[in-house]
Amino acid sequence: MAAKKLNIKDKYRLLTRDLDWDFSYEDRKKAFPYEEFEGIKITDWDKWEDPFRLTMDSYWKYQAEKEKKLYAIFDAFSQNDGHLNVSDPRYVNALKLFLTGVSPLEYQAYQGFAQVGRQFGGVGARVACQMQSLDELRHVQTQIHAMSHYNKFFDGLQEFSHQHDRVWYLSVPRSFFTDARSAGPFEFMVAIGFSFEYVLTNLLFVPFMSGAAHNGDMATVTFGFSAQSDEARHMTLGLEVIKFMLEQHEDNLPIVQKWIDKWFWRGTRLLTIVSMMMDYMLPNKVMSWKEAWEVYFEEAGGALFKDLARYGITMPKYSEVIEKEKEHISHQAWWTFYTHGHATGFHTWIPSDEELDWLSEKYPDTFDKYYRPLWELAKEKEAKGERFYTTGLPQLCQTCQIPMLFTEMDNPNQNSMRDTVYKGERYHFCSDGCCDIFEEEPEKYVQSWLPVHQIFQGNCGGPEMGDILSEFYKMNVGADNMDMKGSPDEERWNKWKGKA
Amino acid sequence: MSKVYIALQDNDESRYIVEAIEEVNEDCTIIHMPAMVRVEKEHKLVISREVVEEKMGRDWDIQELHVNLITLGGNVDEDDDQFVLEWKQ
Repeated sequence: MAAKKLNIKDKYRLLTRDLDWDFSYEDRKKAFPYEEFEGIKITDWDKWEDPFRLTMDSYWKYQAEKEKKLYAIFDAFSQNDGHLNVSDPRYVNALKLFLTGVSPLEYQAYQGFAQVGRQFGGVGARVACQMQSLDELRHVQTQIHAMSHYNKFFDGLQEFSHQHDRVWYLSVPRSFFTDARSAGPFEFMVAIGFSFEYVLTNLLFVPFMSGAAHNGDMATVTFGFSAQSDEARHMTLGLEVIKFMLEQHEDNLPIVQKWIDKWFWRGTRLLTIVSMMMDYMLPNKVMSWKEAWEVYFEEAGGALFKDLARYGITMPKYSEVIEKEKEHISHQAWWTFYTHGHATGFHTWIPSDEELDWLSEKYPDTFDKYYRPLWELAKEKEAKGERFYTTGLPQLCQTCQIPMLFTEMDNPNQNSMRDTVYKGERYHFCSDGCCDIFEEEPEKYVQSWLPVHQIFQGNCGGPEMGDILSEFYKMNVGADNMDMKGSPDEERWNKWKGKA
Repeated sequence: MSKVYIALQDNDESRYIVEAIEEVNEDCTIIHMPAMVRVEKEHKLVISREVVEEKMGRDWDIQELHVNLITLGGNVDEDDDQFVLEWKQ
């Protein structure tokens, strides 16, 4: 009689759970030294539920299939000069921001999950973290491969890794991850596995990637969706960790709630960059940032929090502020990048008249009132040959490291600024959310490596801005930065397309 | 009541999976976007292996879903015969 094929539940039990061992002669606590210091109480790791019962052999099989599909498309894209089929050369600037700002986060996630995977006492959680760690490494590799094609034809992609660790606006995503990775394993899981993966990456990898497809970028949409197919597993792991902590002990609830409050706020701040990629950097539009936010944050996130209400979890703190921000942040961010466009590793531009009309239509309550006049002014100045670049360096928020570009949501003409004094020094913040996070862990955030402070302290070369950009940031000044109009990117594109 | 959702890459395999979802889940909504297809439904959504196999005309392993999956929302429960997404509130 042929051996009966195991069902997935049995297979998972035998190939995952039963591979764990007991500590008979070593102290278990010494094997998992970080499991208790955050105050999370775990009484029984066996209660851990694995929603996806994926064993390592199946994991390799399906990941290999995804990779084969992906690389076949990369080959086709490259062999067919796919970069010539994108909607507009401005689009490629979103990829520059992606490669310098997001892809290195995949690498940080790989390192982070390898670390926490080692630290969890339960084998189910360890295996899931190991798979996620491998996924994240795959993501950074596939993203670099996909964009290496663009690097042959466009400026601004050549020093992504060096720049990620130094450039002023890239310190925002970088410090988000170093903050999470320097926390304990359970906080890391709430930060990255839950807040970041469950609600926030959806906004980057689903509507933005659909937008990439809509702008003719077959390579990016394919790596995006291929990565996000792993994220579906990651999101499920993130949710499982939260439920597990809450089911294990009632004392875990306030700790988990505090982390949720912190990391949803940190995450929404980080997504400011994505908001502007959606609204300003995709020439062919799929949906506005506000619409994407409503589907993926309000609707999907709302459903999630209703589900978690049975454990006593409430909506993240400052949700009411977050709700108002969807009308404003993409506009405030793109204006900031436009006016600092001499110091960015990608090109900026004034939206076309059709794009301005689209923004007016999508943001009827705010765009014409607060933001369109800025662009009309920029157009006038540009027409007179006075394209505006600001000369000062912006003040940064001590927590999220974003320039102080946000306004009060109830009064968009008033900049939002908060401050607090710790050990005789005054620290500045963009919001109550960021100020609260600092006050909870001041010893952590006083150590923030703030790019503008570092420049003023003489730690980034200089003193001239041009020297900092070219020597410390390794930007190709005059090619990577400045307006799209008159850039070498634009000139090459016009030549390829046979335009004057 | 909240909606669960699943998004798949828009390709020939997903077309059969979406047909199978439509057959099993009354009142589900199908939304097409560039390169992807999103299915959502109040409370709970079920993907049945048997129905997918019937549509595809071949054997289909529930875990093959991973190959074309983009994203999902809801609590997941997976066994040999079905893949379930559900909110438990």
